[in-house]
Amino acid sequence: MTSPVSKRSVLKLAGWATLAATAALVGCGKKDAAPEAASAASDAPASAAAAAPGPLKIAFAYVGPVGDAGWTFAHNQGRLAVEKEFGDKVVTSFVEKVPEGPEAERVIRDLVGQGNTLIFGTTFGYMEPMLKVAADNPNVKFEHGTGYKTAANMRTYDSRTYEGAYMAGVIAGSMTKSNTVGVVGSIPIPEVIRNINSFTLGAQSVNPKIKTKVVWVNAWFDPPKETEGAQSLLNQGADVLFQNTDSAAVLQTAEKAGKYAFGWDSDMSAFGPKAHLGSAIINWGPYYIKATKDALEGTWQTGGVWWGVKEGAIDLIGVPEVVPADIRAKVESIKAGLKDGSYVIWKGPIVGQDGKEVLAKDAVADDKFLGGVNFYVKGVEGSIPSAK
Amino acid sequence: MITADSLALLIAATLNAGTVVALASLGLLINERAGVLNLGAEGMMLVAAIAGYAVAVNTGSDVAGFVGGAAAGGLMAAAFGVLVIWLNTNQYATGLALSLFGAGLSAFVGIAYTQQQLPARPHFAVPGLADIPFIGPALFKQHPMVYIAIALAVGLSWWLMRSRAGLVLRAVGESPESAHALGYAVRPIRLAAVVAGGALCGVAGAYISLVYTPLWVEGMVAGKGWIALALTTFATWRPARVLLGAYLFGGVTMLQFQLQGQGVQIPSQWLTMLPYLATIVVLVLISRNPTWIRINMPASLGKPFHPGA
Repeated sequence: MTSPVSKRSVLKLAGWATLAATAALVGCGKKDAAPEAASAASDAPASAAAAAPGPLKIAFAYVGPVGDAGWTFAHNQGRLAVEKEFGDKVVTSFVEKVPEGPEAERVIRDLVGQGNTLIFGTTFGYMEPMLKVAADNPNVKFEHGTGYKTAANMRTYDSRTYEGAYMAGVIAGSMTKSNTVGVVGSIPIPEVIRNINSFTLGAQSVNPKIKTKVVWVNAWFDPPKETEGAQSLLNQGADVLFQNTDSAAVLQTAEKAGKYAFGWDSDMSAFGPKAHLGSAIINWGPYYIKATKDALEGTWQTGGVWWGVKEGAIDLIGVPEVVPADIRAKVESIKAGLKDGSYVIWKGPIVGQDGKEVLAKDAVADDKFLGGVNFYVKGVEGSIPSAK
Repeated sequence: MITADSLALLIAATLNAGTVVALASLGLLINERAGVLNLGAEGMMLVAAIAGYAVAVNTGSDVAGFVGGAAAGGLMAAAFGVLVIWLNTNQYATGLALSLFGAGLSAFVGIAYTQQQLPARPHFAVPGLADIPFIGPALFKQHPMVYIAIALAVGLSWWLMRSRAGLVLRAVGESPESAHALGYAVRPIRLAAVVAGGALCGVAGAYISLVYTPLWVEGMVAGKGWIALALTTFATWRPARVLLGAYLFGGVTMLQFQLQGQGVQIPSQWLTMLPYLATIVVLVLISRNPTWIRINMPASLGKPFHPGA
């Protein structure tokens, strides 16, 4: 069963903060909770709901609209997988377009108030708000995506998106004619920088001459700006584009220009049938099913996981026939190697942009190393905005 | 580092980027010259973007898409106009409400269209001129709407300052009481200006979803409507300056991406701010004479009019 709770608010443009604040005051009201959620909110405290027999109430807070065809869409597919797996043993609901920051705390408290006992927060910026709400509601279990802080009743989960980026890179390296590939970056945090590096390493594994140009749009979701960034990369000679942003604008721009690009987070092949070289997707379903199972069976424990190809969380799909057969076979063998642990992406020697070795020969990067990647590897041009 | 080829592409991308903001901003200029401030540009553009997209997907025609977008923008503006002109609701609050309403409505209507594709369209080129080296790729391979926007700015400039109808429109924005005393129907004229402005915002919205980023995703206008609103003011309500400001904004946006791609050692956050800063600085410099601003600003902007009061 689904009880979608929709919430529309807030203009996204940061420069217009004051205007946005006023606007939020005017417009926050539109919010239709489904009847069963509303009745639960009025009389059932969270702890009672947990003990009472009946379906497990699970809620998801999304940062974007489900219709973004990217990040949030992928999370929602995960939610649907949970519904399919557990049927009437669970009731799921979601709130979309919850801005990162103080507003998130209010929404998450609201979800607790509605009797949900398992709550997923699907973006980094919900970390502090969720920690606060978790401290006040020990009987509710919190699952926070892409963060690093935990509590007794809050754990973290993430996916190794860089594995998809690497496989995309292998294809990009074989398809570029100009030996220049371009990346439209979102926000310069380690996760995104790691993806840019992994994409470059993948491309260099088949074509050592690869140069990667990067532009940052400083937003996760801004289709016109993503278009402008992509156009600029094409203007500068990049002929295969990769993106770490949420909409399909980059792929669309490549399609229009007769160049190549990849889908990100979700299958985006429909947006650029000719340009699409594959979509690096995140499959949140397996983890969401595991977390739900843990909660249902009472085996839920705090901690943190980082799932990749091995656990079925990451995949590269929809690679077209234009990609040479040996490259497609190579991607499949990488995938198989990642699955059984025989293939390692971040293995030395890896040289940084400045020519200094960051990973010695045969050294394998651990998760701590990967979590703190704040440098470009050799072949990436430009500087990381936040690097001092 | 910038070669002739990449400069041509940069100019082409600038014209393309500037057109979105120019179209919307010219529309808002008509509104504001008649004394009505419509903060709902973003919402109108969003609704027009999905309306234009839906029409184009179903008919396969871009022209029909633009007409659909203009109609959607005009319709929303008409609703706004009736509220603020006849019922005298607060223009600021009503405009903000329109903006939020448009964001929600477009998202709701658009659900069915997020995975739908526009039919493949031809590339545009001006015959003959497009083959000239450098100038061709820079100026003559644009969507027709780019040239229409330029013609519109020139035409509007003439119409406002040189034609009788333009004078009446400005009179309504400066001193509705005087216009009323002279026998002009202030409220219908204001409504007409609001609808025309909304239709132009609609064309701008349709340009985004049909040409600029040819797909539909929720919230895809991403603040361009607010930029257009600001631009109208900074350009002191003059069409030529609106066009200049829009291209300046588009140009600096593209230039900052170019600089990023070439690895210029400036934090990209600063570069992201650059288009806004540059546009504001240049337009403020142009119009630094305060008398000029006062002369140009419609004296009754944002003020309701009560006939017979």
